Amino acid sequence: MNLTLRVWRQKDGSSSGKFETYEAKNISPDQSFLEMLDAVNEDLIEAGIVPIAFDHDCREGICGMCSLVINGRAHGPDSGKATCALHMRRYSDGDTITIEPFRAKAFPVLRDLVTDRSSFDRIIQAGGYVSIKTGSAIEANALPVPKDNAETAMDAAACIGCAACVAGCPNASAMLFLGAKVSQMALLPQGQPERERRVLKMVETHDDEGFGNCTNEYECMKACPKEIDVSNIARLNREYLKATVTTKD
Amino acid sequence: MSLNSKVPEGPLSNKWNKHKFDLKLVNPANKRKYTVIVVGTGLAGGAAAASLSEMGYNVLNFCIQDSPRRAHSIAAQGGINAAKNYPNDGDSVWRLFYDTVKGGDYRAREANVHRLAEVSNNIIDQCVAQGVPFAREYGGNLANRSFGGAQVSRTFYARGQTGQQLLLGAYGSLMKEVEAGRVKMMPRREMLDLVVVDGKAKGIVVRNLVTGKIERYSGHAVVLATGGYGNVFYLSTNAANSNVTASFRAYKRGAYFANPCYTQIHPTCIPVKGDLQSKLTLMSESLRNDGRIWVPKKAGDARKPNQIPDEERDYYLERRYPAFGNLVPRDVASRAAKKVCDDGLGVGETKLAVYLDFRDAIKREGEDAIRAKYGNLFEMYQHITDENPYEVPMRIFPAVHYTMGGLWVDYNLESTVPGLFVLGEANFSDHGANRLGASALMQGLADGYFVLPSTIGGYLSGVKAEDCPSTDTAEFDAAEKESTERINKLLAVQGTRTAVSFHRELGKIMWEYCGMARSREGLSKAIVKIKALRREFWEDVKVIGGADEFSQGLERAGRVADYMEFAELMCRDAMEREESCGGHFREEHQTEGNEAKRDDENFAHVAAWEYKDSSDPVRHKEELNFENVKLTQRSYK
Repeated sequence: MNLTLRVWRQKDGSSSGKFETYEAKNISPDQSFLEMLDAVNEDLIEAGIVPIAFDHDCREGICGMCSLVINGRAHGPDSGKATCALHMRRYSDGDTITIEPFRAKAFPVLRDLVTDRSSFDRIIQAGGYVSIKTGSAIEANALPVPKDNAETAMDAAACIGCAACVAGCPNASAMLFLGAKVSQMALLPQGQPERERRVLKMVETHDDEGFGNCTNEYECMKACPKEIDVSNIARLNREYLKATVTTKD
Repeated sequence: MSLNSKVPEGPLSNKWNKHKFDLKLVNPANKRKYTVIVVGTGLAGGAAAASLSEMGYNVLNFCIQDSPRRAHSIAAQGGINAAKNYPNDGDSVWRLFYDTVKGGDYRAREANVHRLAEVSNNIIDQCVAQGVPFAREYGGNLANRSFGGAQVSRTFYARGQTGQQLLLGAYGSLMKEVEAGRVKMMPRREMLDLVVVDGKAKGIVVRNLVTGKIERYSGHAVVLATGGYGNVFYLSTNAANSNVTASFRAYKRGAYFANPCYTQIHPTCIPVKGDLQSKLTLMSESLRNDGRIWVPKKAGDARKPNQIPDEERDYYLERRYPAFGNLVPRDVASRAAKKVCDDGLGVGETKLAVYLDFRDAIKREGEDAIRAKYGNLFEMYQHITDENPYEVPMRIFPAVHYTMGGLWVDYNLESTVPGLFVLGEANFSDHGANRLGASALMQGLADGYFVLPSTIGGYLSGVKAEDCPSTDTAEFDAAEKESTERINKLLAVQGTRTAVSFHRELGKIMWEYCGMARSREGLSKAIVKIKALRREFWEDVKVIGGADEFSQGLERAGRVADYMEFAELMCRDAMEREESCGGHFREEHQTEGNEAKRDDENFAHVAAWEYKDSSDPVRHKEELNFENVKLTQRSYK
């Protein structure tokens, strides 16, 4: 099939960007979306045009490196899939596809479709872990964890940190990402001594990085390739409220 | 230079403890005066960086991705082995050690493997303490499952995302240390050279992938944890950006490269479809518990698989290996699939696939039972192929998955360049010629959390704190100059072909001649072809864009340039190893029943290659002495 692409091009963070139009020719329905972009890039290089920059790595939906807003939707039309798992059979000959970066104040564009998502690392840095040193762990089975809690914690821990939740949210809020990590930790017995400090510091960092607040649009859950549930945001709010009234700081 | 493995004296099970006691220590107050460069943030690199920082060292940690959380360890599915013996099924450190040495077809160093088994239990404790949500039983204790190559259930897992959860555990610890200010994280940096001063590793030169600028960093020691080289085949289950460049540059600066021909071809991957495919996807080997593998008996049978009656199907694994059936080890299953396809019996469009059929299992247990076991894998298969594996058999084919070879290291994980340590898949040490399932995660974390943090102290205790060069020395100047010149050379070619097209062609050569079956004749042919392709690359590659900017095309071209040289080293190694063992199958060395035939008398050694500037590389040997296990020929009939 042949397609028309409208792609956001931007040389670097200090330049202004614009859409350019390219043809994607002889695309097979079995190709993945990123393989379609690979093919377009091959053509561009041969034509002497700078290829389109886009982030990607594992190409099996787990590393969280790929992004892209495709026809207005983060990670494209299919729910529960990252861009790398999207295949061209979803499109028909003659379609026009608009491709943009994940847009948010906290994600400056580095080039074309590549953004700087290091604000996510800084949110985790603020407390998204158990402060335990290598070598000081107790015997693994000395701390039983109820199966249901472990499963719910795992549901939250499945987050791949891709930031689609932010790209999908009209407020560019990262509360689904933040809530997933806070939930995982709140549901497990490990790391309880730093429970209050964790949520307070992580929320503070989230706000300082320029992410917006949650207004219950649920767009984050729709965009999430791992279908992380918004109940994690509710749990985050409970944790935060509890911590603000019980904290000794 | 002779290879000294530095394996400590004494009984196997005391070696590690004794060695830890014998190693000199760096006093806690002095640790802050040392800086360690760690390249890579996967299980090995991330765990090492976090642990070293906790001990008080300063750490500079680099990765090519935008965040340390994206290292390719994240993609590991199945699980991690440990000798906890929670199921009470007779497991022990000794059994894990024994299974791993045997699974590696007796080509790994006994002492290293025993240490790996010893620390395996500490790894599970550590990860649980970090909040890794492992699978649990109703009583709240950890659950286990079975994996290939073992008769006990010793694998711990977090659904089909064990690598992700373990990596996020290490990443959390790393972020904790970034917050504490002792780890400085440098994402989007690619190592382009190792800087050696007075014979010791003292720094690296990297390219900032956002600005394109070359940057210099110095330290008291350098740790490489940069993963494997499976992408030399172009198509593999590796992440698109995984590459050999850091290891290869270290090799060119004096680190020996060990056993590069040992590559693992995983039997159950989704087959290649079309020339523009960029990567291959693994389907967990657990599927072979219930799926039956077959091809039609008649070549070119055009019927749909469900229309082919049983008597016209060849369940070739069940036929050839009645004892193990569909559950033969990875190397055996892969070669058998290749053989039926070579014989013209392959299925699907490309005829390079075999059926993995769940019809009988569904009939026996019902669709729901199969969905409960493999639902996520079936879904992934359907996403990619648009076929419903509950109704039609899956089509699978082997694919490059893991590389057992890597930079040579001694018992301390130190390479032949003093002060350069190598961890995880990037080193060669623990898996011999074949890696068992659920052992890669174990090794990466063992190296990063428990082995390196001890052994590097032994090295640093002999290095003066002031012995960290400025980055203005002649050695840094030279390394930066060489890196810049290489980049300028790539940009100056201005040819007609993209780096990707060269990579694709190189991959085809490697797959054809240095893949599942190799022969002296084929390998010689491959070397000629690689040389010709390399020449063409440097005359005709086309890279668009400048050096001082974000340029993924330039990144790719640099990596492909290194693969072009590395591929030749692999073929040489495969040619010199005149035996079949584990993932290395030489057609000349097989039994009458087409099984791999080892030559323990002449090849029970590690081959470590030394780079030579103006001549062919030199092959050195480290003899492997088996004092604790008896070498046997594997049979699965």
